[in-house]
Amino acid sequence: MANMPVSEMRLPPHLAHLLAARRLDTAKDVLSLPEVELMAILDAGLPTARAAVALVSEAACPPCQTALALLEERVRLGGGGRLATTLCGLDEALGGGIPMGKLTEVVGPSGIGKTQFCLKLALLAALPEYYGGLDGRVVYIDTEFKFSSRRMIEIGQKSFPQIFRQEGLAQKMAGRILVTRPTSLADFTKSLEEMKVTLLQHDVKLLIVDSMAALMSLENEKATAGFRQHPLRWTLSFLKSIAEFSRVPVVVTNQVRSQSNDDGYHFSFEVDKKDGNKCAERFDSHLVAALGIQWAHAITVRLVFESHSGHRFIKVAKSPMSPAVAFPFVVESSGITLLSDESIDVTGPEITSIRCQGQNVLAR
Amino acid sequence: MEHNRSPYPDAVTFQGPRMLGICSLTSSHRNTSLLVLVTSMTYLVAGFTAKKLLRSVVSQGLVKLNWGMLCLLMNTSAADLPTKYDLFFRIQLAINVQIPVEYGGLGGKAVYIDTEGSFMVERVYQIAEGCIRDILEHFPHSHEKSSSGQKQLQPEHFLADIYYFRICSYTEQIAVINYLEKFLGEHKDVRIVVIDNVTFHFRQDFEDLALRTRVLSGLSLKLMKIAKTYNLAVVLLNQVTTKFTEGSFQLTLALGDSWSHSCTNRLILYWNGNERYAHLDKSPSLPVASAPYAVTGKGIRDAVSSHHKRARVT
Repeated sequence: MANMPVSEMRLPPHLAHLLAARRLDTAKDVLSLPEVELMAILDAGLPTARAAVALVSEAACPPCQTALALLEERVRLGGGGRLATTLCGLDEALGGGIPMGKLTEVVGPSGIGKTQFCLKLALLAALPEYYGGLDGRVVYIDTEFKFSSRRMIEIGQKSFPQIFRQEGLAQKMAGRILVTRPTSLADFTKSLEEMKVTLLQHDVKLLIVDSMAALMSLENEKATAGFRQHPLRWTLSFLKSIAEFSRVPVVVTNQVRSQSNDDGYHFSFEVDKKDGNKCAERFDSHLVAALGIQWAHAITVRLVFESHSGHRFIKVAKSPMSPAVAFPFVVESSGITLLSDESIDVTGPEITSIRCQGQNVLAR
Repeated sequence: MEHNRSPYPDAVTFQGPRMLGICSLTSSHRNTSLLVLVTSMTYLVAGFTAKKLLRSVVSQGLVKLNWGMLCLLMNTSAADLPTKYDLFFRIQLAINVQIPVEYGGLGGKAVYIDTEGSFMVERVYQIAEGCIRDILEHFPHSHEKSSSGQKQLQPEHFLADIYYFRICSYTEQIAVINYLEKFLGEHKDVRIVVIDNVTFHFRQDFEDLALRTRVLSGLSLKLMKIAKTYNLAVVLLNQVTTKFTEGSFQLTLALGDSWSHSCTNRLILYWNGNERYAHLDKSPSLPVASAPYAVTGKGIRDAVSSHHKRARVT
């Protein structure tokens, strides 16, 4: 829409000629200028500039829908627009599962089970519909070389033994999962661009990026500080647009980094109220999600994996549909399983904090 | 005009001449700040208004506003992530504006401009249901009297009155705001325009910062004009970033100081211990104050604290 050419907009001829003569070819060119500058470029009066802007805006504006129409469309597309994770408590908290058409982030310290979760999701999406899957292909973008097909088959065999005993089904499932291993951000963006077509042609039902933070850290070594954010922003908006355009769930893994102090957390009026008690709330290692605040804004659902008091928890840290809850889990041969479907309510800002207390051994 | 007596000592109330507005403040993560610019010549209903409404339903931030521009700018901290709750406020606004007039609302429609794609229809439905339940709970008598009123109190009707635009780039954002003037001329019963994250696209791919400032100020002027002409409230959301001032990093609003001048009122949402608070930081006519609130399954409501008594319905 932004790049809609002016020639397609059916403007009155004198305006169309005027804009074309000044090489304002797309909607973006016209609308990026303030009125006064547009007047100067077009060498026309204010009413003309205003009329041009109004007409171009109307043409470039996305269509309006009512919320009711959105709801009906959601219902019509069926399935509630969710990919069920088979972790009952989590599915219930998320309103059915991972939402389609939105970005979901899985963040946690290393070794906590993020890749295991992604493997299970990939498997679930590949399963036929009568087994609760999406019966589609999966694109798995693996930047840390952690994908193991053997592990995935093992998860499949242990979680759905009756399915995988059938001859050839395991191979068929494995064949539906496309794994790419980009080695740099440029590689990644190139494959993303090709992805858009692939997604539609090949009936892809899930896109997993494991992990995003690794790509960005590769990039940070080379780039200068000022431009560090730019590759992320473009990737971000592209991922979102792919997700919404093709209505597939996109799951992205993120890493954590440590934050040494509390700076940058308070507003100026809060600083006076801060007292010594706040320091007592600091946890052992103060971790925050990598990739920054822009990323945090863009994702729709954030699942925080953390460990403390000897257990691991999945916290639903950000989701428009769910309360702030946590579930204990373990990683077994059949993938991730919840220890309990009863959610634990998490109050206060704790829901967004990430704790890691050295629980790095896979429970067997 | 009725003066809403609030039992809460730190509620913000102001006796304006003909003006009654209630700003329902939603809390979110402590590092989320909400900059609020309100434009309303007569009403802004972000929560329930009118004398009949139960205090417990109204968020404690009871603000009577004169006309001015209301933009809600919501930010999150640089380090911590924005919680889901920052969405609730905007949805709550869009729902509350439609409460029929006999129940104290505005009976208007809402325009929701979404730049991030975080609008979840199911949640809107939930909030609408919660709102209707509360209305029926508090006005049982009038409900029986008018059967025609009941027909309108369906969540589907509320949803049908929210006009939703999904924009994917700053060009479309500018286009939508320009188009709004014509749109609002055709739909005269729109009472509120919510722009979810006015700064998202502008932070991404604008190379020329000076141009960005000029475009943004043009946008804010247009929004002010819309609000004044069509007599409605414009709610903008924004992001925060950190700034190094006075020897430490502090949170400040994104897009620079020039954008922060566009706001008339500013609401900041933050965590205070385990409670969510809203802080009115800038306002032409009201004192600086904070009020707690809570996010429930039904939407944004007053914080139910032990030392606050629930007022009775009059």
